[in-house]
Amino acid sequence: MSRATRFAGRDPGPAARVAGFIAHLRDNGLRLGAGEAALSLCALAALEAVRPDDCRRALRAVCTGCKDEAARFDALFDSYWLDAGRVKQKVVPSARAAGAEGVHSSRDGTGQDLGAAGAATAPDAGEGEADSDGTGKLIATEQRNLARRDLRDLVRPEEIAEAEAIARRLGAALRDCRSRRRIAARRGAGLDFRRTIRQSLATGGEPLRLKRKRRPDRARKIVALCDVSGSMSVYSKVFLAFLAGLMRADAATDAYLFHTRLVRITEALRDRDAMRAVGRMSLMADGFGGGSNIGPSLQRFAETYARRFVDGRSVVLILSDGYDTSPPEILGAALARLRKRGCRIVWLNPLKGWRDYAPVAEGMAAALPHLDHFAAANTLADLAALERELGAL
Amino acid sequence: MSWTDLQTSLRSEGYVASDDLAVALQLALSLGRPLLLEGAAGVGKTEVARTLAAARDTRLIRLQCYEGLDAAQALYEWNYQRQLLTIRAAAEGGETGKTVEARIFSREFLLERPLLAAITQEVPPVLLIDEIDRADEEFEAFLLELLAEYQVTIPELGTIHATSRPIVILTSNGTRDLSDALRRRCLYTYVEYPDRATELAILKARCRDVEDRLAAQVVGFVQKLREEDLEKVPGVAEMLDFAAALMGLGIADLTADPAVLQATLTTLLKTQSDQAQITPEVAARIAGRAA
Repeated sequence: MSRATRFAGRDPGPAARVAGFIAHLRDNGLRLGAGEAALSLCALAALEAVRPDDCRRALRAVCTGCKDEAARFDALFDSYWLDAGRVKQKVVPSARAAGAEGVHSSRDGTGQDLGAAGAATAPDAGEGEADSDGTGKLIATEQRNLARRDLRDLVRPEEIAEAEAIARRLGAALRDCRSRRRIAARRGAGLDFRRTIRQSLATGGEPLRLKRKRRPDRARKIVALCDVSGSMSVYSKVFLAFLAGLMRADAATDAYLFHTRLVRITEALRDRDAMRAVGRMSLMADGFGGGSNIGPSLQRFAETYARRFVDGRSVVLILSDGYDTSPPEILGAALARLRKRGCRIVWLNPLKGWRDYAPVAEGMAAALPHLDHFAAANTLADLAALERELGAL
Repeated sequence: MSWTDLQTSLRSEGYVASDDLAVALQLALSLGRPLLLEGAAGVGKTEVARTLAAARDTRLIRLQCYEGLDAAQALYEWNYQRQLLTIRAAAEGGETGKTVEARIFSREFLLERPLLAAITQEVPPVLLIDEIDRADEEFEAFLLELLAEYQVTIPELGTIHATSRPIVILTSNGTRDLSDALRRRCLYTYVEYPDRATELAILKARCRDVEDRLAAQVVGFVQKLREEDLEKVPGVAEMLDFAAALMGLGIADLTADPAVLQATLTTLLKTQSDQAQITPEVAARIAGRAA
C-alpha cells in the first residue's frame, strides 16, 4: 500500500485526480480530451473498481487507442498513481492556452518523455552501442547527444510548403484503377440497379434509361524510407522536407527514418504544426548523421512494419545513397522479401545525379535487380521531375 | 454483474479471457461503447464475440469487412428482382404509379444487411465488425456515423431508429492504421498471444478429452514455435487444430514419432518457407525442449 501516491491535502477529490491523470497522459503524448476524462470516471464507477489492478485495466481500455499506447500505459499509470508514496503537489494542471496544437511550442521537442521512446535524452537505454570512441558509456552517450543535430535548423517552413506541393503532385501521378467499389458514372461496365429501377418508375416499370457505374481511380499509398546516415547528411534537408510534405499532402502516407536502426516517424509527422513535426522527428532520429545499416534496417522493416502497412497498392520509396556497412546480401534479401508483398519499389539515390555515376557500391548493386525504378534525386526540383516516371509505374 | 462473473460465464462457454479482456468487455457492456480488439491473427478476437453472444444468449450478427465494402452490402439493398416483377404485375393490373411506388419501397422489399439488422432486433444482439482495417476509410467514417447516431436514413423510406443498441465489437489485424476518430469512440484492448497456463486452459476447455501429458506437450511445442523466426506465427486456432490432428491420429506422446510430428505440422505452418525452416530435426529439438 505504501506505493500509492499520497495526494496533497487540499486536493479537491477523485474527479480532479482523474482529470489530472488524463492531463498527465496528454502531456505524455496521448491524445485525450474531456470526453475521455468523463468516460474514465463512468468506467471506474461502472466497474466499482477498488483494486489498483482493476482501475488500471479500466483506464487502459478507455484511454489507449493503439498497441504502442497500451504498452506505455502501465508506466504512465504507475508514475501517477503509484508514485512510491511521494506527495503529488498539484493535481489539476494550471490552465494552458487552449488549442495548444496550433501554437509552436518547444515543449515537445525537449520533453524527455515524448512518444518516441525518449532515448535521445535518457542516459543509457541499456543497448550500449554508442557509436563514438569514448571510453566510458556515459561520456559516449553525451558525445552522441552533442553530435545530434536539430533538424529544425536544417528545414525551413517555406521548403516544407514547396515540398508539399511537389508531394501532392507526385501522389496524384501515382493513381491506380483497381478499386472494387463502384460509383455512379455516365459510362461504365456495371449497371447501377438502384438508380435504374428508380428511374424506370417514370416509364411504367420499363427500364428505358440504363444507369451505369464504374470503378473509380484509387490513390496508391506511399511508404517512404529515408536514410539519415552521415553520408547522406548533405541531402537530408531536402528529403526531410519532402517527407514532411508527403505526409501533409496525403494522410495515408507512411514514413520511416533509418541509420543504424529504423524509426517510424509517421505519427510525429502528423503533427499539425509543421516545424514541431520536424522537431519531434529530430528527437527520433537519435544518432542522426552516424553510420548506416541499410540492409538490416530494411530487413527489419520487411519483417515488421511492412507486414502491416505494405500491400499491393503501396509504393515504397527508398531515399538512400546505398553506402551500406553491412553485407550486401542482407539488403538483397530484404528487398526481395519486401517485393513479395506486391508493392512497387522506387529507389531515389542522390549520387545518381552525378556525372559518370555507376552503382558500384555493393549494396546498390545487390539492390538493383529488385527495384521497379531507380532515379536520381538531390533537390526538390529533381523530385518534382519524377512525376511522369512515377505515373508510368 | 462484475467482470469476474463475465469471465466465468465466458469460460463456461469454452472461452478463456484474460483479465484485461474481461474488464474491457464488461466496460463495453456497461458503458454501451464499442470495443476495438487488436492483435495478431489467431489470438481469438473473433471468437470472443461469438462466445459473448452465446453467453448472453443473444444473436451474433457478423459483418466481414473487405476492401470495397459499401453501404449496399453493409446496410441495406432493395430487392430489385422483386421490385421489377411487382411493377410489371401492377402495370397489367392497372395500378397507379403512386401506389406502386409506395408498395415497392416498403420494408417488404428491403433486404437487410448486417448493420441494419443489428439495430432493428428486439433483443440487443452482438454486432461483430470483423477486420475493420480491411475496409476503406470512407466506410470507417460511415460506420462511425452509424455508431454515434444509431439510426439509418433510407431516402425512399425515411429514418429507421434503432430498436435496440447492439453490443459492438470491432476487430483489427493492423493492416492499416485506423483513424483517430474511430479509436476515440471505442474502448481498446490489445489481445496478446496467451501465455502457457492460459493456453493450456484454452486447450482443456476446447478439447475436454485431451490427456494432460499431450496437452502440456502441445502447448509447450506451440509456445516454443512462436519464438522461432516464422513468417506466419501459429495462433490459438492453429494450436487447437494441431491438438485435434494429434488426437485424431491417436498419438499420446509428441516425441514418439518424428515423421508423424512433421506431418501434423501442416496444421501449424502455413507458408512454404516456414515449412522449409522447421525441418524434422528442428521440430524434434523443439518437441524435446517442450516436453
